[in-house]
Amino acid sequence: MKYALLVHHPKEYFEKRNDAEAIAAGRAYGEALQAAGVLVGGAGLEGPLTATTVSVRDGKRQVHDGPYAETKEYLAGIGIIDVPDLDVALEWAARHPAAAVTSIEVRPLLGGHFSTSAKKDS
Amino acid sequence: MSESAAHAAIESVVRGSYGRLVAYLAARSGDVAGAQDALSEAFVSALQHWPSDGVPEKPEAWLLHVARNRTIDTARRRQVKQAFEETLRLAAEEAQRAEVSREEFPDERLKLLFVCAHPAIDVAARTPLMLQTVLGVDAARIASAFLVSPTAMGQRLVRAKNKIRAAGIPFTVPEPPEWDERVSFVLDAIYSAYTTGWDSLNESGTTHQALTEEAIAMGRMLVQLMPTEPEARGLLALMLHCEARREARFTNEGVFVPLDEQDARRWSRAMMEEAEQHLRYASTCKRVGRYQLEAAIQSIHADRAVSGLIDWKEILLLYEGLVKIAPTIGSQVGRAVAMAQAGDAASGFAALEAVPRERVADYQPYWAARGHLLHLLGRTGEARKAFTRAASLTDDPALRAHLFNRSEHLPST
Repeated sequence: MKYALLVHHPKEYFEKRNDAEAIAAGRAYGEALQAAGVLVGGAGLEGPLTATTVSVRDGKRQVHDGPYAETKEYLAGIGIIDVPDLDVALEWAARHPAAAVTSIEVRPLLGGHFSTSAKKDS
Repeated sequence: MSESAAHAAIESVVRGSYGRLVAYLAARSGDVAGAQDALSEAFVSALQHWPSDGVPEKPEAWLLHVARNRTIDTARRRQVKQAFEETLRLAAEEAQRAEVSREEFPDERLKLLFVCAHPAIDVAARTPLMLQTVLGVDAARIASAFLVSPTAMGQRLVRAKNKIRAAGIPFTVPEPPEWDERVSFVLDAIYSAYTTGWDSLNESGTTHQALTEEAIAMGRMLVQLMPTEPEARGLLALMLHCEARREARFTNEGVFVPLDEQDARRWSRAMMEEAEQHLRYASTCKRVGRYQLEAAIQSIHADRAVSGLIDWKEILLLYEGLVKIAPTIGSQVGRAVAMAQAGDAASGFAALEAVPRERVADYQPYWAARGHLLHLLGRTGEARKAFTRAASLTDDPALRAHLFNRSEHLPST
């Protein structure tokens, strides 16, 4: 099954993400996912200040500055992994370096609209 | 055999097979709701055919066979079941092999219990989910026992089953270190079902009473599924000791009788002996836990049936151990009372005073214990107030009457 690992950060934490230590930890984690053969894809996201939100209402495009909702925590990165079940997904989520600071939301992917890898859904 | 007796016999076979079949099917498909749907038709069919044809030699294989055929019929009409069809077909083949080779039908209820106790499942849904999937207790009855509306309970159960399927929660028995945590969830859930039934035993007849029986049935099953887990035996022993006293807990007129005033001749010897057996076995495992200690405390109370005495010093020792492992308000209050009963009311009262007051504001046993200890210390006026407060904190009318009675009839010391 494929799962998304959604990493949420408090606003102030976004500044700390460029610390050498955080970068090294993030890279090592990505390499571990790859070495285990479970990584489908993923990326870190720039901070909420850089976000622009688009919607279409009554045929008119509306563009707003900022993220979809004002919250205490913002989506900071996503990873998609392909593992046998939720327990394995939770193990990987717990190893994410950000798990020690914030929390990682684990969600199964809903089937087929977007292709996430060449691998078949198990 | 009369028809109703036949029906009852069949219902008990069906009941016994229910959890095993749900577990067996769901472990293969990951779909608890689908397993329950497929089986409900098979059970209806069993109730129609078995009274005349007799109970088949391998009831589980029969039920699975019917579930499979019915589901294939309905799958054509209901697309949602199509995904389940393949699982059922494979399961039915597997069951047929088991039937021919006379192998035991695999019992995967333990896996199902662990799925229900998975940390990804809403805590409030775990106990109801176990009762419904493993024992087949219906949602309406669970709802009434847990004081929520049947609709809300139904939704909670559906959500939990959807999550099991959609999130891909695995049907596995976890290994250490997860084992300990998950086992303790399973044990706590069973105990919570028991206390939910027990607390309201006096209120409204059969549904609650049945829930204590379901909990004990589940405790027995757990011991059967993991015979070397001492805490499972401890929990079963604890429930059996409490259950043994059911008759003696109220007089025929419905008046509440506190434990040390109960007529020990009304206690069930058979249940007490069964409890003792499990406790003895558990002690050979050399791994003490919360439920074994609580059961051991009840065991000393039970000893009064033989010796006529209560060894409060021994009870105090056990509470000391319990407070170390599980420092709940309940165990702290129990220890304070044991101190007083063992002869040191002043220390017992000091121990009560040490419990943070904000945590006991609405905890009835604390105020009853406080009343009792103040009475022992000769502080009658304060004792009266504590008993009154305890009385106003219980929703059990018989217990309320008992506490008011103690408040009013305090002998001046």
